[in-house]
Amino acid sequence: MTKEEIIQPENLVYKKPELLNDTPMHYCPGCSHGVVHKLVAEVIAEMGMQEKTIAISPVGCAVFAYKYIDVDWQEAAHGRAPALASAIKRLWPDRLVFTYQGDGDLACIGTGETIHALNRGENITIIFINNAIYGMTGGQMAPTTLLGMKTATCPYGREPALHGYPLKVTEIAATLQGTCYVTRQSVQSVAAILKAKKAIRKAFEYSMQGKGSNLVEIVSTCNTNWRMSPVKANQWMEENMFPFYPLGDLKDNG
Amino acid sequence: MDKEVTLMKGNEAIAHAAIRCGCDGYFGYPITPQSEVLETLAAEKPWETTGMVVLQAESEVASINMVYGGAGTGKKVMTSSSSPGVSLMQEGISYMAGAELPCLVVNVSRGGPGLGTIQPSQADYFQTVKGGGHGDYRLITLAPASVQEMADFVDLAFELAFRYRNPAMILSDGAIGQMMEKVVLPPFKPRRTEEEIMKECPWATTGRKGMRKPNIITSLELRSEEMEKINIRIQSKYREIEAKEVRFEEYMTGDADYLIVAFGSAARISKKVISIAREQGLKVGLLRPITLWPFPSKRIAELASKVKGILSLEINAGQMVEDIRMAVEGKTPVEWYGRLGGIIPEPEEVVAQLKKLFI
Amino acid sequence: MAKMRGATVVDTERCKGCGLCIVACPFKVLALSTKNVNQKGYNYAEAVAPDACTGCTSCAIVCPDGCITVYRKKED
Repeated sequence: MTKEEIIQPENLVYKKPELLNDTPMHYCPGCSHGVVHKLVAEVIAEMGMQEKTIAISPVGCAVFAYKYIDVDWQEAAHGRAPALASAIKRLWPDRLVFTYQGDGDLACIGTGETIHALNRGENITIIFINNAIYGMTGGQMAPTTLLGMKTATCPYGREPALHGYPLKVTEIAATLQGTCYVTRQSVQSVAAILKAKKAIRKAFEYSMQGKGSNLVEIVSTCNTNWRMSPVKANQWMEENMFPFYPLGDLKDNG
Repeated sequence: MDKEVTLMKGNEAIAHAAIRCGCDGYFGYPITPQSEVLETLAAEKPWETTGMVVLQAESEVASINMVYGGAGTGKKVMTSSSSPGVSLMQEGISYMAGAELPCLVVNVSRGGPGLGTIQPSQADYFQTVKGGGHGDYRLITLAPASVQEMADFVDLAFELAFRYRNPAMILSDGAIGQMMEKVVLPPFKPRRTEEEIMKECPWATTGRKGMRKPNIITSLELRSEEMEKINIRIQSKYREIEAKEVRFEEYMTGDADYLIVAFGSAARISKKVISIAREQGLKVGLLRPITLWPFPSKRIAELASKVKGILSLEINAGQMVEDIRMAVEGKTPVEWYGRLGGIIPEPEEVVAQLKKLFI
Repeated sequence: MAKMRGATVVDTERCKGCGLCIVACPFKVLALSTKNVNQKGYNYAEAVAPDACTGCTSCAIVCPDGCITVYRKKED
């Protein structure tokens, strides 16, 4: 069988989701954002929500998410995406509304907006990319930076006495009455990616069923600012991030 | 029923007018002296009648960003606060100006700086008309001087905001917010339907119905050449607003030798000042800017050539006086008088100041 | 049971050469180009052992940039 015989439309088994357009993504090679973007694009299409989705992008590496996934978007001020989403969902209750935020945006400057939107039980989904560092600004300490981890603003490693402790926003979210589904996933392997996709689908569905707010944390890599190759970054994440940020559902009230 | 005269506070009038003018959403946070806006909306339960969304946010930062989100959907959304809260809102206001979104922000201002006082003040003039947030932007600013105008300006502010895709502000103060006056509320106007919003606001985030091109609400553009073009376009919009939307009221300016320029609460006192001054043989008139931006510079310049002096009466340390001087360009003396700390000047003391400063 | 034959098509201009597809492939089908770079200067992924491909899609699933299209056909 020749390659040409295999490469026929009827034999197609995987291609880039249609909602992910052809604009080259600005993310660094191997960045987890791209994988999560694909999953979001796939889930929106599979739910048939292409014409009814409003997404909110953050400030941080994903600020330009609106350039890549072909739905309506609003670009929020730093940390404020859940406030925008709260209003948008209440004003358009039949739309799929989600935010896409990094750890600096969500767990630091936007902690207030995040916790209150979740606690109000807004029928939205928050997708939370946690790579324990500020990517866009060049690798500074994030609220989720692990103890001992070196960043541009804790170059000798994060120390509790100097910098405080890493924040587990997802654990906090699980205690809030307004949340329906709170889960922590990752996208470093095929199995993890398929699970993460199911989690995003579940969160989006719950939000459309009016069951409350949903938080999907994706423990991610930032190989550039971690100063590792993409492959090494995935290994480092498994060894160092997963023990502190264990994967799995923290709450499923659906 | 619609024409019925009722007695209510300025803050209550804002709330009732919002419901009646087809407002889709209010997002706010309690702060004295404007809390009655949110309280009235909560008591009226418009979500059961017009379908208007009312939400108490966790902060003014959240309120204004809810307004940013809501404004992006093409719906009529608003918030209200008082000075310290409005300071917190500057981020969202700047983003909305940059993303060119219509909305209404009401500032029932109080004395500052800092936590200041809960008494009325006009010390937020600079913050409002010079762009309190970052970047080159302007807010269409209406300054009501009565409870009736509190009610009337809600619809007008939305109309201007949508006409120019720009945030509008009602700059009031604690006196007008708290005082009770008779008011004729505006007639009920239905909220726009989804179809009407999609037609009138083709830029809004309504979802990609019919798989139209995605709508993106953003103020971000990293390419300098493109960002300059955006800024130039926004500035040309501001020039159009300056040309078309200046609003003011004149009172006894026809034969005036001296002119008071005052807005809001200060303008109310000015009318009493004028009657006392005229009893004493001093011909004084009033120009009351209704739009603080765009500022009635042209009319003030015209009047400047007819009068012997202009007094800017403000409940602050002298802010609008700078805009008057710029308009007058030295044609006639321009002085300021005002009180601080939440004190409204007495008409008699203003008459005394007029005499002291000009005669 | 019939054997599955697969083929990958890499959008070499979109590929950033991150190498995640290479470690995801159970059959070592892919490798980074050694001679060629794309317009952005990246060594891109290419099939060096195409006959080993079963069309399992692992490479495409992990690709952050959606560069890989996969086809699969049952061997007759």
